[in-house]
Amino acid sequence: MNAMKKLLAFAAAACFALPALAQQAPNEMVQQVSDEVLDILRKDPDIKNGSTAKLLELVDQKVLPHFNFTRMTALAVGKDWRKASPAQQQQLAEQFKTLLVRTYANALTSYRDQKLVIRPFRMKPEETDVLIRTEIQQPGNKPVALDYSLEQRDGVWKVYDVTVAGISLVTNYRDQFAQEVRNGGIDGLIASLVAKNRSLEAGGKK
Amino acid sequence: MRTDFSPGKALRVLLAASLLAVAGAAMAEDGDVDVDEPAYAGNPRDPYEGFNRAMFAVNEVLDKYAAKPVAQVYDNVTPLPVKAAFGNFFANIGDLWIGVNGALQGKVGDAGSDLARILINSTIGIFGLFDVASELGLERHDEDFGQTLAVWGVGDGGYVFLPLLGPRTLRDTAAWGVDYLADPLRSVEPARLSNSVTAVRFADIRASLLPADKIVAEAALDKYAYIRDAYLQRRRNQIYDGRPPRLDDDEDDD
Repeated sequence: MNAMKKLLAFAAAACFALPALAQQAPNEMVQQVSDEVLDILRKDPDIKNGSTAKLLELVDQKVLPHFNFTRMTALAVGKDWRKASPAQQQQLAEQFKTLLVRTYANALTSYRDQKLVIRPFRMKPEETDVLIRTEIQQPGNKPVALDYSLEQRDGVWKVYDVTVAGISLVTNYRDQFAQEVRNGGIDGLIASLVAKNRSLEAGGKK
Repeated sequence: MRTDFSPGKALRVLLAASLLAVAGAAMAEDGDVDVDEPAYAGNPRDPYEGFNRAMFAVNEVLDKYAAKPVAQVYDNVTPLPVKAAFGNFFANIGDLWIGVNGALQGKVGDAGSDLARILINSTIGIFGLFDVASELGLERHDEDFGQTLAVWGVGDGGYVFLPLLGPRTLRDTAAWGVDYLADPLRSVEPARLSNSVTAVRFADIRASLLPADKIVAEAALDKYAYIRDAYLQRRRNQIYDGRPPRLDDDEDDD
């Protein structure tokens, strides 16, 4: 009976805890995820030995769930996004995600010895779109500003843009994507992304 | 990128030639308007794209065979504390001009803090080799004459890419000339010392960009456009001191 009571209490606690978790403040989420990821980067022996597979796994499990790639891709594609069919949109998002993950996962490892500090953050409770400013502090170098744009949908905060030293990783693709669409339509853009990802994969296996 | 690399004369000749070519390209552009193809009239932020892409190609070669190998050697032989000391030393000298530009933009408080930084770093920081002021909470600012002109309302004049100087706008190329004239290290005697200092600084700047090389190579569909757009975004961010007004998400920039 006692065990049953404990179980019930636990279940009740879990029920209350879940919505609380969903409404975690965006700055707390950024802090928690970065602490967790940096901790793994510093400790995991495979990643320390340069295992790309393990690194991608870490990014896949810990980082990607907090990103909204459809929104990111729509931003990068700009006004051509509305011309794409739902199937094309899905392909674009998938390929863009692969490209970003491949490119920036490796950059992550260089943050091992650095410290991420979240700058003071305030938001009104009704806000659904916020910018979290952080700073990467590195010994012997100027700190680098790293800002996350987050949007709340259905009670969950997700990142839709990352800005490094004032350069948005997402909007930096706008002109390149527009150029591809002008030359070969939406399918042309998808084809170039696929080709780019293939060449990166081939290069990574060497 | 403040690439003050100057085997002086060669660079000035190159610069003059480049500016002439820009002017030429601009005039050529005017004479050749597409009438029946209204769909795309070129990137408005990059009016000299043809010229720029050619210079970009030249720079890729120069970088591959000269600048990058030098930077890599510098990076490999220089221990981190020495690199940090060099970086701090150049930064301390740069703080004076940063302060002047802050003042020209009406940021008197910033300028005062820059002055305090110079006093602290030149004394307690041993001739600027250590950045004690930052430890004390006096943040380093990021100003140059190009930003001052932008704050004064001068338009950027379009994007230009020049070999060794890298990405700029017309406004920032002209302003860079002023930054260059105002550089105290330029007038160090003897000239040989001044040239060595400039060379070390060039290597230091190029070396600091080495980690970015790989990312750009992997991330870009079109390396030229990737660098151009990153430069223009970064510049905008600097002009607004890290707080640029947001651009509308679904519309084109500007």
